[in-house]
Amino acid sequence: MTQSVTTHATVVRVPFRERFKTPEWLSGYLFISPWIVGFLVFTLGPFIASLYISFTEWDFVKAPEFIGADNYVKLVNDPLFWQSLKVTTVYALGRVPLGIAVGLAAALLLNQKVRFVGLWRVIYYMPVVLPPVAVSLLWMWVYNPDYGILNGMLWTVFGIRGPAWLQNEFWVLPSLMMMAVWGMLGKNMIVYLSGLQSIAPEMYEAADIDGANVWRKFFNITLPMMTPIIFFNLIMGLMDSFKLFTQAYVMTGGGPRYASLFYVYYLYQHAFQRFHMGYASAMAWVFFLILMLFTVLVFRSSKLWVYYESTLGKGK
Amino acid sequence: MMANPSKLMRGLGRGVIYALLALGAFVILIPFAWTLSTALKTPQQALMYPPVWIPEPVVWKNFVDAWNAMPFATFYRNSLLIAGLNIVGQVLSCSLVAYGFARLRFPGRDALFLVVLSTLMIPFQILIIPRFILFKELGWLDSLLPLIVPNFFGGAFNIFLLRQYFMTIPLELDDAAKMDGCGHLGIYWRIILPLAKPALGAVMVFEFLESWDDFLGPLIYISSTKNYTVALGLAAFRNDYFMEWNLFMAATAVAMALPLIIFFIAQKYFIQGVALTGSGGVKG
Repeated sequence: MTQSVTTHATVVRVPFRERFKTPEWLSGYLFISPWIVGFLVFTLGPFIASLYISFTEWDFVKAPEFIGADNYVKLVNDPLFWQSLKVTTVYALGRVPLGIAVGLAAALLLNQKVRFVGLWRVIYYMPVVLPPVAVSLLWMWVYNPDYGILNGMLWTVFGIRGPAWLQNEFWVLPSLMMMAVWGMLGKNMIVYLSGLQSIAPEMYEAADIDGANVWRKFFNITLPMMTPIIFFNLIMGLMDSFKLFTQAYVMTGGGPRYASLFYVYYLYQHAFQRFHMGYASAMAWVFFLILMLFTVLVFRSSKLWVYYESTLGKGK
Repeated sequence: MMANPSKLMRGLGRGVIYALLALGAFVILIPFAWTLSTALKTPQQALMYPPVWIPEPVVWKNFVDAWNAMPFATFYRNSLLIAGLNIVGQVLSCSLVAYGFARLRFPGRDALFLVVLSTLMIPFQILIIPRFILFKELGWLDSLLPLIVPNFFGGAFNIFLLRQYFMTIPLELDDAAKMDGCGHLGIYWRIILPLAKPALGAVMVFEFLESWDDFLGPLIYISSTKNYTVALGLAAFRNDYFMEWNLFMAATAVAMALPLIIFFIAQKYFIQGVALTGSGGVKG
């Protein structure tokens, strides 16, 4: 840090032209004005509008007609709404913990003194940068039941006939989970790696003196210290899972028999294929409320299992 | 790293670590190899059972055919235009806004910054229908404008990232510049921006990916082929050439090429940037 004594000592008189300068508060508002305009036009306005639209029936042909809470009532009685909610939840419950475990494992491996650290990181990170449409096509080909490489390998190595992954009601969600773990591994790993590298080596040295073995060190030092980052990845993973759209659109079309009817995909069908703007807006609001609820629950639960260094230091 | 009882055990441990790392890399790379292998096959060979790995003969022409089957040059141009303008828009607007929040005092600043952060919680899905209507009213549908213009008004995440970074730059530098008669615009441009290059680099690469990879946006706003982006063109290609897996994989490889090239050139910024968002997000 540089010393500021000299600076302060010399600012005794306000220079002449300083007095005609824009005051600081005005500069502040001017600097943030792009965000204010964007917020009003592209976020707050649409946010309020979408609430209003959710109480109307609107197909773009006729003018919007106010129908009260009818859309919400219809929603509760729509079996496909419940199906899409179920699909999305099951997917998130499978994929998020899997992604966290695999990402953490990769970070632990790369945190050892290994050669070519940069190269490993680059390889693991590669899928993260790919467009989801391209990833979807690539995996459709991997999962192709007759000519795909996955079933090809299962057959040549184990003599097993693999299922028709994406056309199978049971396998479609696990297939999409595996693919997401493949795609997310690099991103999760890097975040964990930065966390692992910020753990003070003294903690391990102290544990060594106490004669702790590798597992004890992992469960008593590494894991607690990583909980803030696990928490971060948990929130991000939940958000990503709930927003899944491209894969459903490109790979499965919601099928087979609605087994991959993801919530946002179902919303999209109503909004932009059938032009049920009111109904889709009601779906969007329910989606928003569910996300809020999940986030609050996760934050609440975090008090029980996320350790911050400050509390650790106090010997809690 | 950690004290192991014997050299043999340590050697064994090393072996396991490398084996696991290699296994992971193998799983990551196989789909890429499979894409490339299929992209170079004849249609007959792409549909052989069991699958073959080495194309025989190697059909380079698949890339040409895929490229010409649809106006991919136009798609690439559109995607590049959108990505380029979005990078400029995000970097300019977010850095200005972040400067305001990080370096200036004004009434309501902290409350407003809280609003910035809370917009991160609003899912895009709740905004798409009103935005669609807004752009329809403006006559912007089926043009690139809906995909570009909003980016000139700052994105919450990038604002947050840049603000966190700006806060780490010593305030004494501002004072020194003020002494030399620099206004806030001058400080922002001459001091903060040059010092924040790593953070700006991260914003640029993230913004590039965000716009290159976007699918839902183009899908909703764009209808005529001449305005398609690469992602949209690829999805359309799938519908038209459903069974021609060799062409299909060639087109996929073409769509993946640019992000991968940029990643290899700028990987430092990617990896730093992710670490930055991770720690920033955790420390709040």
